[in-house]
Amino acid sequence: MHVELRNISKTFGRVRANEDISLSFSAGRIYAILGENGAGKSTLMKIMSGYQSPDSGTILIDGQPVTFKSPTDAIAHGIGMLYQDPLDFPPFTVLENFIAGRPGGFFPDTAAARQTLISLAERFGFHLDPDRYVDMLTIGERQQLEILRLLSLNVRVLILDEPTTGISAEQKSALFNVLKSLARDEGMTIILVSHKLEDVLELCDEAYVLRRGRYVGHKTIPCPIGDLVELMFGKIVARQERPPATFGEPVMIIDDVCLSSHRLSVHNVSLTIRAGEVIGLAGLDGSGQAEFIRSCAGLLTPERGTIRLNHLDLTRASYHRVAEAGVAFLPAGRLEEGLIRGMTLMEHFALTQPGKAPWVNWMRAWQTTAERIQTFNVKGRPNSPIQTLSGGNQQRFALALLPENLKVLLLEHPTRGLDVESALYIWEQLLQRRASGTAIVFISAELDEIVAYSDRILVFFGGHVTLVDDPADMNTTRLGELIGGKLAR
Amino acid sequence: MTGLESTLSGIIRAAAPIVIAAQGELITERSGVINLSLDGTIMLSAMTAHAVTRITGSLTQGVLAAMAVGAGMAFIVVFSSIALRLNQVAVGFVLTILGADLAIFLGKPHFNQVGREIPHMPIPMLKDIPLLGPVLFNHNILIYLSLILVAAITFYIYRTRPGLTLRAIGEQPEAAFVRGTPVNVLRYAYTMIGGSLVGLAGATYSLSVKLGWREDLSGEGWIALAIVIFGLWIPARVALGAFFIVGLRSIAIDLQSSRVIDLPAQIVNMLPWFLMILTLMVATSGVLERVVRYTPARFQPAARRFLRAGPPAALGRPFEKH
Repeated sequence: MHVELRNISKTFGRVRANEDISLSFSAGRIYAILGENGAGKSTLMKIMSGYQSPDSGTILIDGQPVTFKSPTDAIAHGIGMLYQDPLDFPPFTVLENFIAGRPGGFFPDTAAARQTLISLAERFGFHLDPDRYVDMLTIGERQQLEILRLLSLNVRVLILDEPTTGISAEQKSALFNVLKSLARDEGMTIILVSHKLEDVLELCDEAYVLRRGRYVGHKTIPCPIGDLVELMFGKIVARQERPPATFGEPVMIIDDVCLSSHRLSVHNVSLTIRAGEVIGLAGLDGSGQAEFIRSCAGLLTPERGTIRLNHLDLTRASYHRVAEAGVAFLPAGRLEEGLIRGMTLMEHFALTQPGKAPWVNWMRAWQTTAERIQTFNVKGRPNSPIQTLSGGNQQRFALALLPENLKVLLLEHPTRGLDVESALYIWEQLLQRRASGTAIVFISAELDEIVAYSDRILVFFGGHVTLVDDPADMNTTRLGELIGGKLAR
Repeated sequence: MTGLESTLSGIIRAAAPIVIAAQGELITERSGVINLSLDGTIMLSAMTAHAVTRITGSLTQGVLAAMAVGAGMAFIVVFSSIALRLNQVAVGFVLTILGADLAIFLGKPHFNQVGREIPHMPIPMLKDIPLLGPVLFNHNILIYLSLILVAAITFYIYRTRPGLTLRAIGEQPEAAFVRGTPVNVLRYAYTMIGGSLVGLAGATYSLSVKLGWREDLSGEGWIALAIVIFGLWIPARVALGAFFIVGLRSIAIDLQSSRVIDLPAQIVNMLPWFLMILTLMVATSGVLERVVRYTPARFQPAARRFLRAGPPAALGRPFEKH
């Protein structure tokens, strides 16, 4: 079975998730759809599996155009998808999950379904007890169940969205073996959606790369990892010469910190951040940067190690104490975590500036807001609700809200979703703060941003870090290899 | 009839409307919709059953009219949630008040008037079984129906394919959708079926349990709602919960009238709410989960089915593709 996507476009509000994407998939091969978060991979696959319909463009199966009204339609045409978060029913048994959605009469034929399930599981070497409850299974086992269910519905194209997140190494190798045999022996098409380069190199024959909703390139695997990184992140422009920065005293000293969240653990990070220094945190999404920056902000307590600010031990300090000590954090989700949807700019100011009086001096709040709006060049009025501002203006405003004379400023994707001009403006502001001695630590998915602004770079891969000290070392190949986890430590 | 028999029989009878309403609400909530209007719906449908029966002289028409009223109120809840994207809880509250006031207003001409009663219908042979006979088989058809309903709904949701789908849409509508289920269509259907049962509960009050229309039904709907939670969305446990609460009430009334103890009725009426909070605390604390985990593997599914249950995961959450 040959599947072709032709000129697929899809927009959500202002966001262009997919723009004129054309891809082709042949039987018996394993494809990767690569791209960073927000590249449009999931949207494209949801369109291909009938969950969403495209704004324009067509899907062709063996040359015939088809339209899917629902995922069931797509399955009837032989395309099935394994979603990132398992779409199953946790309080049901394995067997009930297997039966739900299978065609049949008023009374389910439990015995036959059980037989099908057991024999399929045996064929692929999965151990699934039909009577177990799904909420007692691991993510890996739930995936296995879902794969068997799709196979039992005679799917010929299997799409897997980030299947290796949250499963054990053994489960991953079992999964990959099954996928390989499905492609080689049964002539199925396997599509792996991922941002994990190691998985792609291990499993796939070909890779399609998406960036910011567009198709940017195709590679046949094996290929140098740097080529894939360059496609995913864009070409890295040569670092411009900058006047040598003078760093002050160490402000934040991170010593041998270990962290763990439900997704991964970060091991042994040590870093001394000096006043007026810019440190870029690079790495594929979910490699530990987010956890690290949150622990610096006091949102995640390290399991081991210490975080000190000057002589203050902040290892176990709460977010508010860390903030009082002069550390600010701007999270990636501007409207989710940073700002308050529904409140006006002025109300934000009134909320941030502490006052002793129990009432708000709105006159003064209006004045400060108007001043700050002017200084920070925010396009909005003191009484505009925050969500009516564009992303760039929201980010400028978030910066305007931060107190002066911070010791450390932590930023997560400071320019994500902004146009070039806004991004430049944000950096202008950040560099001004840096000149007054604030240390800046930021996460970015744009390698050129990291290279352009960082004095040092901390590269994360699977919870391990490598510090790149020397700006001269910051070139595509080396960073690409570090990000892809290809370097011997 | 001995004292025990008449007490138990009385409990079955008095609990019937609560059982029916709670089973209806259970179906609704299992599909992921929360219909909070029960209290108002029961009053309005009780009044309707009484009034329609008086006007037409037909008990069947009275019952059907009450069920239609229940389905109509449920339709408002589900329509405003799915089509208008309003908050289910808010709409439910408004309908509770609206239903009660409408019942009082429209019911004025029928207030305290003699109405008809569902005829008593002892079941031959079965009614002569000692203890069970007088307790279970010496009632009218609506009371029998309340018991049959519990068995039928249990069978439906655990043994049939549509029942599996019903649980699926309340649990993970996205997953059900991916498996080809028209989630919102089914939510309309089950909410209205559930609502019509709530209407039937109203009819059971005015045509049998609390004969006539007397405006003192306020509060019964809230008890039914609480009992769905108390029974953890499992039909048989919900029914047991209803018998338990009604039993406590009747015992308290007996004790009071015989002047054994002087316990204000309000204290007993507080019990359902207290138990509801207690149940929720235990159900969400993870204690039950631990009990299941330490049960020998062989008995785990059974232990689990009986012990571990919680609200349908998608309860009150509208389904939208995104």
